[in-house]
Amino acid sequence: MVKLPIYMDNHATTPVDPRVLDAMMPYLTNQFGNAASRNHQFGWEAEQAVEQGRKQIADLIGADPREIVITSGATESDNLAVKGVAWMYREKGDHIITCVTEHKAILDTCKHLEKDGYRITFLPVDNKGLVDLDDLRKAITDKTILISIMTANNEVGVVQDIKEIGKIARERGVLFHTDAVQAAGKIPFNVNEMNVDIASLSAHKFYGPKGVGALYVRRRNPRVLLTPIIDGGGHERGMRSGTLNVPGIVGLGKAAQIAREELQKESAELFRLREKLRTTLERELDEVYINGDLVKRLPGNLNMSFAYVEGESLLMGINDIAVSSGSACTSASLEPSYVLKALGVGEDLAHTSIRFGIGRFNTEEEVDYVAGRVIEVVRRLRDLSPLYEMAKEGIDLKSVHWATEG
Amino acid sequence: MAYSDKVIDHYNNPRNVGALSKEDPTVGTGLVGAPECGDVMKLQIKVNEQTQVIEDAKFKTFGCGSAIASSSLATEWVKGKTLAEALSIKNTDIVKELSLPPVKIHCSVLAEDAIKAAITDWKKKHDDNGK
Repeated sequence: MVKLPIYMDNHATTPVDPRVLDAMMPYLTNQFGNAASRNHQFGWEAEQAVEQGRKQIADLIGADPREIVITSGATESDNLAVKGVAWMYREKGDHIITCVTEHKAILDTCKHLEKDGYRITFLPVDNKGLVDLDDLRKAITDKTILISIMTANNEVGVVQDIKEIGKIARERGVLFHTDAVQAAGKIPFNVNEMNVDIASLSAHKFYGPKGVGALYVRRRNPRVLLTPIIDGGGHERGMRSGTLNVPGIVGLGKAAQIAREELQKESAELFRLREKLRTTLERELDEVYINGDLVKRLPGNLNMSFAYVEGESLLMGINDIAVSSGSACTSASLEPSYVLKALGVGEDLAHTSIRFGIGRFNTEEEVDYVAGRVIEVVRRLRDLSPLYEMAKEGIDLKSVHWATEG
Repeated sequence: MAYSDKVIDHYNNPRNVGALSKEDPTVGTGLVGAPECGDVMKLQIKVNEQTQVIEDAKFKTFGCGSAIASSSLATEWVKGKTLAEALSIKNTDIVKELSLPPVKIHCSVLAEDAIKAAITDWKKKHDDNGK
């Protein structure tokens, strides 16, 4: 018997790996020193732990430890990257290019800068969720100071062609930031091979603790300078003041080390489980649709629309499984997912979408259970769905005049 | 979001799911909502022409658990009522019975609309037949 409830929402967060917790424990207990204390053993031990963590993080992405700035997480990393470049290079230009499917931490930061007089280009994506590289080339002007395009999307798992985007940025002399929060530790990610200048990471997305993240900031060819968004004691080479979160950094480092060592094996296994889930659902249910490119995709991600079944009611039926929905009803905004909308998924299908995020601790037995439950509940709710009934009668739902008033 | 026990009960055991023949002159059909809004309700009533009593009611709903529960409850309530009585059912009664939170009030409004739409449809058929 599988143990319930099943957690399959690993894009939202991941559990802390027990090996990560073991590494952190000493720094939550006896070795509590401040890494900035230069005159006693407690401080030295803390500093040493921080430097080891920094190296482990750097190794995961092919960077130098001196290029790693510790932050409180991905939102801060994204803010520091975009605002830091915008403020530092204001003399050089005022134009930033990003993309409509970015995380809110990028989109809202850009909108904030727009109010302050910067010009932002929000590139569209195609129906697979991919940015058109020609659109990108055409958007670059001599006033462009930053391109910020995420590596892998948090909803649909689509992986952009980061290497090519980096190459374009490099050729045009524009800095390139990527939000690599969903990608790091899941797929090969190397800042030099991919021409990345700045990259955001978050520990809790790859089995580390919440509340700690990192920003990779290139030191040479080109050397990237950032204006800090948090001022204070001048920690992290002046780019991010604040006492270092030593246990968090140790956890982030350990999580990065495990991810690097196990990436190949783990991503192959996640891909196998994801494909089993996908093919089972597609075999047993009609009118299901994959959202986003199936090939250029994170191995553990499946985002699927179950036509004629509203997402929240589906989640209610599979309440022993933790997944998430792109339906409006599950969010405070009452708007369906802006990411699915950007892919051209109609609002009717966006309401029926479910995101499965398979992770390190999911088993094949769990995947089988999830598939079985989803099939059962979708069938039950379709028996209850007037839309399914109409579709089966051959009525084109698009031609129906829908009146919201009775 | 936490659901009330009554919403969960209607969701797990929806009452009166199904369809009546739209062509039947004694049947009124109400179809309200829109797929883009995430809620569509179809509510049907079978009415005794002499007594104007609703003898049967069926529904199908595309929507969240609260929408399913609201329409399921609506079919329970209209059965055995006259058309005039059914028209007096207010969405606030549904909100109260199911303990719907503020963000789900639109589900109850839709259920009230569905009842009214079904009755309007029946009356229209009835008037046409009388001519």
